[in-house]
Amino acid sequence: MRYLPLSTADRTAMLATIGAASVDDLFQDVPAEAVLDGPIAGLPNHASEMAVERALVKMAGKNLTASTTPFFVGCGAYKHHVPATVDMVIQRGEFLTAYTPYQPEIAQGTLQVLFEFQTQVARLTGMEVANASMYDGSTAMTEAVFMARRITRKSKCIVSAGVHPHYTSVLKTLTRFTGDVVEAGTPVFTPGAPGDDLASLIASIDAETSCVVVQNPNLFGHVADLTPLADACHKAGALLIVVVTEIVSLGAIKSPGEMGADIVVGEGQSLGAGLLFGGPYLGLFACREKHVRQAPGRLCGETVDASGKRGFVLTLSTREQHIRREKATSNICTNSGLIALAFSAHLSLLGEKGLRHLAALNHARAVQLADRLGRMPGVTLLNGPFFNEFTLDLGREARPVVRKLAEKGVLGGVSLGRLWPGAKSLQTGMIVAVTETATDEDFDAYEDALDEVMA
Amino acid sequence: MMTAMNNVGRPTRLVAGTGAVAETFTGNKALMLEEPLLFERGSLDTSGVDLPPVPPVPDRLGGLGRDAVIGLPGFSEPEAVRHYTRLSRQNYAIDLGIFPLGSCTMKHNPRLNEKMARLPGFADIHPLQPQSTVQGALELIDVLADWLMKLTGMPAVAMSPKAGAHGELCGMVAIRAALDAKNDPRRVVLVPESAHGTNPATAAFCGFTVENIPANDRGRVDLDAMLARLGPDVAAVMITNPNTCGLFEPDLKRISDAVHAVGGYVYCDGANFNAIVGRVRPGDLGVDAMHINLHKTFSTPHGGGGPGSGPVVLSAALAPFAPIPFVRKTAKGLELVEEDTAGTHANQSFGRMVAFHGQMGMFVRALSYMMSHGADGLRQVAEDAVLNANYILASLKDLYTAPFAASGPCMHEALFSDDFLDGTGLSTLDLAKALIDEGFHPMTVYFPLVVHGAMLVEPTETESKANLDQLIGAMRHVATQMLADPDAWRTGPHFAPRRRLDETLAARKPVLGYKDEAA
Repeated sequence: MRYLPLSTADRTAMLATIGAASVDDLFQDVPAEAVLDGPIAGLPNHASEMAVERALVKMAGKNLTASTTPFFVGCGAYKHHVPATVDMVIQRGEFLTAYTPYQPEIAQGTLQVLFEFQTQVARLTGMEVANASMYDGSTAMTEAVFMARRITRKSKCIVSAGVHPHYTSVLKTLTRFTGDVVEAGTPVFTPGAPGDDLASLIASIDAETSCVVVQNPNLFGHVADLTPLADACHKAGALLIVVVTEIVSLGAIKSPGEMGADIVVGEGQSLGAGLLFGGPYLGLFACREKHVRQAPGRLCGETVDASGKRGFVLTLSTREQHIRREKATSNICTNSGLIALAFSAHLSLLGEKGLRHLAALNHARAVQLADRLGRMPGVTLLNGPFFNEFTLDLGREARPVVRKLAEKGVLGGVSLGRLWPGAKSLQTGMIVAVTETATDEDFDAYEDALDEVMA
Repeated sequence: MMTAMNNVGRPTRLVAGTGAVAETFTGNKALMLEEPLLFERGSLDTSGVDLPPVPPVPDRLGGLGRDAVIGLPGFSEPEAVRHYTRLSRQNYAIDLGIFPLGSCTMKHNPRLNEKMARLPGFADIHPLQPQSTVQGALELIDVLADWLMKLTGMPAVAMSPKAGAHGELCGMVAIRAALDAKNDPRRVVLVPESAHGTNPATAAFCGFTVENIPANDRGRVDLDAMLARLGPDVAAVMITNPNTCGLFEPDLKRISDAVHAVGGYVYCDGANFNAIVGRVRPGDLGVDAMHINLHKTFSTPHGGGGPGSGPVVLSAALAPFAPIPFVRKTAKGLELVEEDTAGTHANQSFGRMVAFHGQMGMFVRALSYMMSHGADGLRQVAEDAVLNANYILASLKDLYTAPFAASGPCMHEALFSDDFLDGTGLSTLDLAKALIDEGFHPMTVYFPLVVHGAMLVEPTETESKANLDQLIGAMRHVATQMLADPDAWRTGPHFAPRRRLDETLAARKPVLGYKDEAA
């Protein structure tokens, strides 16, 4: 057994030191009815590295991978090129196999990375402070709503219909039990601004409102100026929570902080993580400094050591479950440290110049494809302003179209029917994402395949 | 000249006649290299990524372009590699040596797992691709689920929770949903006082009222106190087994039966499953829900604080309330049950916990580990983990206070207290810092809270006897010296990249991000 160093002689010697006759004696507290005499039935015994690899390669081979096909799927997870250096960094054993930095003197590597990550996220989102990460964007959004309740001591949460429906579902799962009231509508295809409901959100804000949650760019790719919404929130004593699922957009679009957001949450997967079939991803969480003691999750802060040298520690932990127990701001413990490292390394490789270039490239390529597809007969481009994702009205049910495109080897987008199975008015919609990884040949293949499927 | 000075630490000087090592010009000490912050070293005009030119098309951002400087410095590739390599060397890690954090199960992370997780067929697929294009991924989730159910003896498993505490949330929400389905208003959750902090935090999050149950003098839940408190208002008991003192709860089955008899549910915190995997199935102990930290028992790397993965096995009573999405076998292949099919196949599901399907990358690693060990090897894992912990307990209990050693063997971790240091003015913290200087990561300190100055040592099964002997030797040496000459041990660590850090200052005046000097 290649992962177990003890030899039979070691085990015998150690049992003698302990004073036990056999290892069974060490399990003496297990009641007789729960003792298993041998290996659990129905599972195979140990296998060589070669055999395990063979079995898993076979499973992996049954999937259609993004890099081998024209690929335009987004809706909360995006295919971006990740520099080779990022994977080298996260495979350093000192990062990969370290624990949460509870002994800071021998965890300065992880802690300095977290400090740099927090600074990058705060600047990117236009906020004052950021935490050391959450599980993913959807759980970060839920935590933000609960934080708004703690700050405002009000419990009505208004969620824009342009927020990713899975995110809203996650919120609704937990608010069933917390007493928060969630108001969320079904989106409409407003021409030039699909899913934009800013006016009705503003009209819904009242004295009981703790927060308004809005996504920018929204699920349909629409980009909006949130400043009037922020003003309306603040006039009523409510907080504005902005969700960003495509973090690369902040290299091109005015930040939520600049538009008046109080809490910004996001999915950081676009930088560093890869697609990974949905996880592990990276929850981003940023807020105003005055609210930080109500924030969930770990925070890394600067301090000095006994000789006066700068160093970093986890701090403000009196908010957290291991100290506050049932009075904690959140039950979160493990977060997404290694993915935060990947994000930070990718962003430091890009730098401001590279991020702006990457964002401009994504946008320009998306504009090119949107115009090409929007000119096809029977296809209508719904968006006015957008970043790298847009919504097409195909004039017919989109789910079979997406499936037929896949049969032709083109992963063309996400049908709204998959996300809102109950909403009849949305069934003709398809969301298309374009990143720097799509080539002109991919564009041609997409247009040809869509043409055939729609014919 | 100032730019060449070390701008990380305050430049210090050799004090004449002390014999202390002189500070160097750079602040470096041979292989111990100081590294400035990204914001001190990078530049806004530097990028380590080459991209194709941007096609000249008019933008369609609706006048919302980002004009102001963001403040994100960049590195060229060699600078980036060096920055992160230098930082990495300031970390302790399992790859460097024993990492005996109790309750954290820091075992070796096999590299095959990393290789498998990076297969494009698992790493380069999108969660919203048509299901016909990801049958292999759904198969992996289904096979892993089968392993978890068989290893725990439970009939169902929810795969999507993202970490242990998230799994607790899943289990407690399922219990809440089951109660709500019966219009049962009970809201009290009983938690042993030795529990992980996540247990009460999770219960409170789901709208339950938490009451603590004391431990007995053998470090186990006080059975009489537990049974006496059970009644029609008790929704659930949350119990960790083996518990956070590293001891098996022999009465869990009796507790489970009693909880069920009053209409409640049993949540088991599976953080310590490594001690019993392959030898005991929690399903045989009457458990209704238990999360499994794939990043503990099943060797996925901790990554300096995540990502984890916390699938939750469920009893037949709770299974109908499991979250979506989940994988279902059909005649045509595997199907992911999502919103559109939940009405047909999961009409009592409590809904979603995460945007997508869980921690796929961790699933691949965990299955790779399980297949490598097999049913026989996993049983050996538990036996060696328990053997290693008892070896440490036996080798130290004459010197260190071992509060529960008299009550018999421990499971996968050995618990000590700092009572033996009474009168020296030294405590667990000083001992931990001394172990840092000896080249070890310290054990878990000050947890569980039920023991004064707790030290919880979990060696795991992936340490050799020679490694254990070295740790034991160091722990005996440090303790002996502390008792003999306490004053020499108040200011450690001395040889780490940083001396003892001022955590009070950090909390009193929080500095949570880099501020440019001009700002």
